[in-house]
Amino acid sequence: MTKTKSVGYWGSVWRKFKKDRLAFSALIVILLLLFIAVFESFLAGNKPIVLKYEGHYYFPVVFRYPEFFGRDFKELDKKLGPGDFAIFPPVRYSPTENDLMSILNPPSGEHPFGTDDRGRDVLARMIYGARISLSIGFIAVGISAVIGIMLGGIAGYYGGTTDFIVSRLFEVMMTFPVFFLILTILAFRDPSIYNIMIVIGATSWTGVARLIRGEFLKLRKFEYVEAAVALGGNDFRVMMKHMLPNALAPVLVDSTFGIAGAILVESGLSFLGFGVPPPDPSWGDVLSQSQRYVDFAWWLVLFPGAAIFLTVTAFNLLGEGFRNSIDPKFTGNE
Amino acid sequence: MRDYIIKRLILLIPTLLGITIITFFIIQLAPGNPVERKLQLDEGIKSEAITKEIVEETKRLYGLDKPIYVRYGIWLKQIVTLDFGRSYKDHRPVIDKIAERLPITITLNVISIIIIYLTAIPIGVYAAVRHGSAGERTSTFVLFILYSIPSFWMAMILIFFLGGGEYWNVFPVYGILSPGAENYPLPEKAADFLWHIVLPVFCLSYGSLAYLSRFQKGSLLEVLREDYVRTATAKGLPRSKVILKHALRNALIPIITILAGILPAMIGGSVIIETIFSIPGIGQLGFESVLARDYPMIMAIATISAFLTLIGILISDLVYVLVDPRISFEGRS
Repeated sequence: MTKTKSVGYWGSVWRKFKKDRLAFSALIVILLLLFIAVFESFLAGNKPIVLKYEGHYYFPVVFRYPEFFGRDFKELDKKLGPGDFAIFPPVRYSPTENDLMSILNPPSGEHPFGTDDRGRDVLARMIYGARISLSIGFIAVGISAVIGIMLGGIAGYYGGTTDFIVSRLFEVMMTFPVFFLILTILAFRDPSIYNIMIVIGATSWTGVARLIRGEFLKLRKFEYVEAAVALGGNDFRVMMKHMLPNALAPVLVDSTFGIAGAILVESGLSFLGFGVPPPDPSWGDVLSQSQRYVDFAWWLVLFPGAAIFLTVTAFNLLGEGFRNSIDPKFTGNE
Repeated sequence: MRDYIIKRLILLIPTLLGITIITFFIIQLAPGNPVERKLQLDEGIKSEAITKEIVEETKRLYGLDKPIYVRYGIWLKQIVTLDFGRSYKDHRPVIDKIAERLPITITLNVISIIIIYLTAIPIGVYAAVRHGSAGERTSTFVLFILYSIPSFWMAMILIFFLGGGEYWNVFPVYGILSPGAENYPLPEKAADFLWHIVLPVFCLSYGSLAYLSRFQKGSLLEVLREDYVRTATAKGLPRSKVILKHALRNALIPIITILAGILPAMIGGSVIIETIFSIPGIGQLGFESVLARDYPMIMAIATISAFLTLIGILISDLVYVLVDPRISFEGRS
């Protein structure tokens, strides 16, 4: 007789998730975006990935070489001797490389997504924008999940007066015109990528907090929790080790939607000029340039907007898929 | 009912206090003070050239030399009498500037909310009744796509295709009235206004519309599974009557409470949409004030929009109680 191994809770969730074709393709899109974000400098840049020069091999994308300091690799490429070669990334432009000779060029073989008003390659800027958007999405949601779990956990675990006070705090946060608050904070601090992550994270935790509070209020009455308390587990241990794992599934769903939301907020901020400081590329920043040339520069509208839209849709579909596979009771409501 | 409303209005106070305290401390503790900025803007002097005395004098003038909690106390005392101070930018009373702009934003948002509800509910009902059909799946997919399109991208696309670039010039994309339209007779002025707000209102509403119709679909699907709906069908009522008279009434209740959730998002959306379409509303004013570090303006806008959101939540709670006899005013607080 063969023993069948139990798949466990997350195993069964995964099995169900795999059957959801739309959500599964969203996951693949997200993995692709992550790949672009991680390997951005191999995909676009003005430095060769591999260079054989005067008999030596160099990897200018990965390492810095003092002998090439300040040297233009494109010029170098033309002067390579016999036996030497250079393999460039597929997009041969860096996202911050200005070229005043080719300003606002429409898409062409040279610049598949066109150029912006400083002659920068839009495709290169979009590739580098992926890392910024995704890292802001993931880290902001990480911050909000930590805050939400802590505050929601405290409110749900202790109940009573503590719950009342923390719930008032939720209420304040929920009625805040959050986008305006974020704009205000960023206007008064310097809008670095870290500040954007912190500000978005610190203002978007109410969803997670309410979920955790609700779950904890329910779990608190379970016998296994009472047993854990009776065995002398301290509050923190009971909350983190015994209760949290049982409340994590809805948080995962909410966080996936949260990533979509954070990416949307970041691109909205960049669109208004409060995002990632120039010359760093961001999708919202490319799109905001289109405001000045909207009568002809369609490529500045189409590509960055499509990138934001695709990413946001992928995360929303993924969240939807998680929700359906985690709990059969969720039927697209909420 | 009066007691309930009074109780709820009293409960608004701690929330509003919380919001004003957070906003006040964020902007007052931030580096970069408005005095230097104002002097730069007013007289074009370079930062080094501002002598210390001028800075100190101006700080005294605006009360910025006192400690922060004293300033908050003073601010709070003033707003009880609806005195939000004067704008740092042009010295006009903040309340006057807001009074000029608030009606525009409220009009746009109220029109949007009406459109959202009038379209989302039928779409949601259709999707629930025809659940699983090809038409339902198409509409659900389209709504999902709409929900994920960033409003500022939609605005740029609409401006590009319909706002008179290389393509059609169908809608105006600047302001809320044509130049000179102030002197038009009223019907033409109204038509001109409506013509101007087509694109902004669309951008403000489609996201929430998609969200709400999905919600309506879910809530009606749930109600359709209830026993009393089966009973209504079993006793031979026509399907339209079962759905519209028995099921929909109960399925509408959660839709009303959602209003509270979409209000803050709509105010946030107004900032971007009003800036793109140059609409002289409170969102654009807020954006300009943030750029100019106009403390009294920022405080006033944050306070007033939070207050309006809270009133919106209160109204949706009241409607909730009115439509659902199971909930009494006394039972909720």
